[in-house]
Formats: sequence, structure tokens, C-alpha cells
Amino acid sequence: MTEMTQAVQSLPLDAWHRSRGARMVAFAGYDMPIQYDGIIAEHLWTRAHAGLFDVSHMGQLLFHGPDLDRALETLLPGDLVGLKDGRLRYSMLLGEDGGIIDDLMATRRGEHFYLVVNGATKAGDIEQFAQRLPRNVAFDHMKEQALLALQGPEAVAVLEALVPAVSELSFMQANLFHWQGKPLWISRSGYTGEDGFEISVAARDVAALADALAADERVKPIGLGARDSLRLEAGLPLYGHDLDGAITPVMAGLTFAIGKRRRAEGGFAGALRILGELETGPILKRVGLHVEGRQPVREGARILDGEGIELGRLTSGGHSPSLGRPIAMGYVAAASAEPGTRLTIEQRGKIFAAEVTPMPFVPHRYHRKTGATA
Amino acid sequence: MSLYFTGEHEWIRVEGDVATIGISDHAQQALGDIVFAEVPEQGRSVNKGDEAAVVESVKAASDVYAPIAGEVIEGNPALADDPALINRDPEGEGWFFKMTLADASELDGLMDETAYREWVKTL
Repeated sequence: MTEMTQAVQSLPLDAWHRSRGARMVAFAGYDMPIQYDGIIAEHLWTRAHAGLFDVSHMGQLLFHGPDLDRALETLLPGDLVGLKDGRLRYSMLLGEDGGIIDDLMATRRGEHFYLVVNGATKAGDIEQFAQRLPRNVAFDHMKEQALLALQGPEAVAVLEALVPAVSELSFMQANLFHWQGKPLWISRSGYTGEDGFEISVAARDVAALADALAADERVKPIGLGARDSLRLEAGLPLYGHDLDGAITPVMAGLTFAIGKRRRAEGGFAGALRILGELETGPILKRVGLHVEGRQPVREGARILDGEGIELGRLTSGGHSPSLGRPIAMGYVAAASAEPGTRLTIEQRGKIFAAEVTPMPFVPHRYHRKTGATA
Repeated sequence: MSLYFTGEHEWIRVEGDVATIGISDHAQQALGDIVFAEVPEQGRSVNKGDEAAVVESVKAASDVYAPIAGEVIEGNPALADDPALINRDPEGEGWFFKMTLADASELDGLMDETAYREWVKTL
């Protein structure tokens, strides 16, 4: 059965979104809210207050088995052996050629590892894990769990009112909490560049939790539209757009996710190519671009050098609500990837001046405890 | 003064031999937050169905077509700095351009306001 013939599924909060005036669109095989009040208003609300996102389409996988960290390290380039209990790390599922099959969050959770993968890619990821991990490693696809994200500078105050101990978490820490006797797995992480939390909750309890969070006047529900503009401003890549199987972690500028020990030892899928690229530099690099004028330039637009020669393509682009101007992300030949490089973008026959700029476009405001190590 | 609408959600307000063109309230709602608009230059001749203006929301780019033939008299100068005017007042201050009306018979196939509002409810 192809994706075209599969019925669009409903998420546990479907009625909740519709009752709040959401405009729904099909995304990753699910009906999801693209916006409520409007993308710009929702975006700016999240940067100033707290935004509630339903990300229940994402895949939540719980792994168990002997030498689990070492087994996962064969497919992921992160240092999982060195990851402490209750800590999470951004990582990637790699193909044998070093291409990125998906990007994900991996948390050590007692004897288990808990992975959150992208919704559109979760079925393929599950096949990969089933085929490529040792037989004694097993995993559950936690289909009965919903996932909420609460993001923004007021997120901690809002969530603390329901779950007092969450303020003890630092960025990229997670733990089990309870709210009205219901278990919540909460991590201090997100996809907006703001402080915030991701909350795994049983599907049967998610509407009550969403109601309790949204009852706080500092919280508004936020759709996929603002989720995309927030992550773009934060310089965070979106799988299927900025990342795919032809892109390596080095090309994508995600080398922070390759642990120091892993660089020395190798032993992960695609290590030969990836370690080679770390040594000599990749051919293409992901860059951020400031675009002159007001007109948005979008995914697929061509990036040209001064002679009109194509250097690459935009993989994301649009209006930045926080900056009030167009921003974009794309891949260019490494020689043109230095910040300050002047480039040209061509879209529907029109030429735009652009300049390579460091990312994030809008500074991250994660909650890192002073003196804490990463 | 007469008001007409097209199936592409443009409105045409005719006063004498001058037509003012914009997009409907339904269109701006469907587009969402508008962040850019480009209007045609004064003096440009357009045929019915030509791409005359561009409007971009956070989500997508759309063309605005000339609903009739004629010559552009003026583009709305307010849209360059304040494209959100199209969201706030789509059928008033958020107009796109004014043009001459070369052939009044081209208006015959268009919807009047009542017909358009009724049709939009069925979408």
C-alpha cells in the first residue's frame, strides 16, 4: 500500500484542535493543526509567552536489551555509552553510506533508551532498527503515548504550576513526573530555540493535560505553521527538507552530535566517509542566508554565485516573524559557505541578493544551569 | 459604482471607466498572514488572465491575475511597507491596482457580490 492510498489518521487531540478553531491539514499521514489565530501571532506568542504544540505524530520508541548503548551506537554517531541516566542527546539514524535516515532525540531512561523520531519517517526508522540492530535488542513503538511540547520563556512557570519539580530540569535533562496521579515523561527540550518542555503522556490523558495547560492565560495552542517558522529562526534543520539520505551530519553542520570518543573510535554506520569529511571538509555545507528585500524565498530556489553558476538550492526559506524579514537555509559548495559571502538566489525568474550568515538567526534561550556541563 | 468578483477570488470595483482590483476577504483568510505584495507598474498593458500582481503569505506565494484587459493606472503604494493591510482591509484600503476598463463587456461573465458570497459558502 502506498502513502497515497492510506487514509489520513486522526491524533488523540483532533477534536480538541477543531474546537479551538484550528485549520487542519494532512501532514505525515495525520490531520494536524496548521494554525489557530494566525502563524505570525502564534509565532510571536511563543517567543514572548508559552506555546502548546501537539506533536503526537512523532514516533516514540522504547528500546531494551543487553549492551543497548553499544548496539545503538552502531547506527547513531552520538556518545550514548557516556550519556548519563535522565539525559538526552540530539542524534541521527545513519545509513551505511553515512547519509541521514532520520534525526532524533535519544534519552537514557534507566535500563532503556527512549527515542523520539520524526512522524513522516517513523515507519522507515522502525524497519531500519528491526533489521540492523542485534536480535537481542527489542523496542516498543509507544503508540498509546501522545506528545505535547510547551515552549517559550513562560513555559517553566506554567508547567511548574501543575508539576512543581520540573523547574529542577536543565536543558537536555528528563525525568518521570506525575500530574493528578498520571505519569508524565518530561524532558527540557524542544524545536523552537526557546526554553521549554516535551511531555510524553498517555493518549487517554492528553486532552485533560492540554486543557489544564491551555487554561493558563500565558498559554496559546500553536500550529505547524509557527512550528516551522520558529525552528527556521532557531537554525534547526527539518528532516525531508534540510536533511535527507544524501546528506551527511558533516554536510549538515551537525558535527556537535558526533561524540569525541566516536570520532576517535569510529564504529558507526558511514564512519569512514564521515570521519573523512571531518578531516578534509565536506563538498557541500548547510548555511543560513539573510535575503535582501521583503519577498520570501522558499525551498527549491536556486543559489547562484556571482557568475550565475548554481551552487546549490534552498532547503527551507520564508518570512521570519521575529526579524520581520526573509531568511533561508540551503546547501552551497564549501568554498562559498563562509559567513559574509555574497550570493544570489533565483526564484521564478527573479533575482535576490543574499548573504551567508551564522545560525541561529534568533539566539537560543535554552535553560542551562550555570556551571553545568553539556 | 459596481462590484464584481472572479472565480479566483478577486474583486473589481468599477467607477466610470476605472476599475480597482483586489482580493476578497475569503482569499486573504485562506492565504493567512500576508508578508509581501508586488503590484504592477503604472502604464503597463495587461490582457485578461495575465499575471498582474504577486501576493505572498507566510505559507505560500500566489499570483493575482488581471480579471479584465486594460492599462494600469496606479499600483497601491501602501502595500510595499504594509502588506498586512490586505489582511486587515482586503476589500477596501488593501486594494492592489487601478486600471482602465478597455472592454466593459468583459465584466459580463463575472459574479456580482451576492452571487460570490453565496458561492464562497459552498467551498
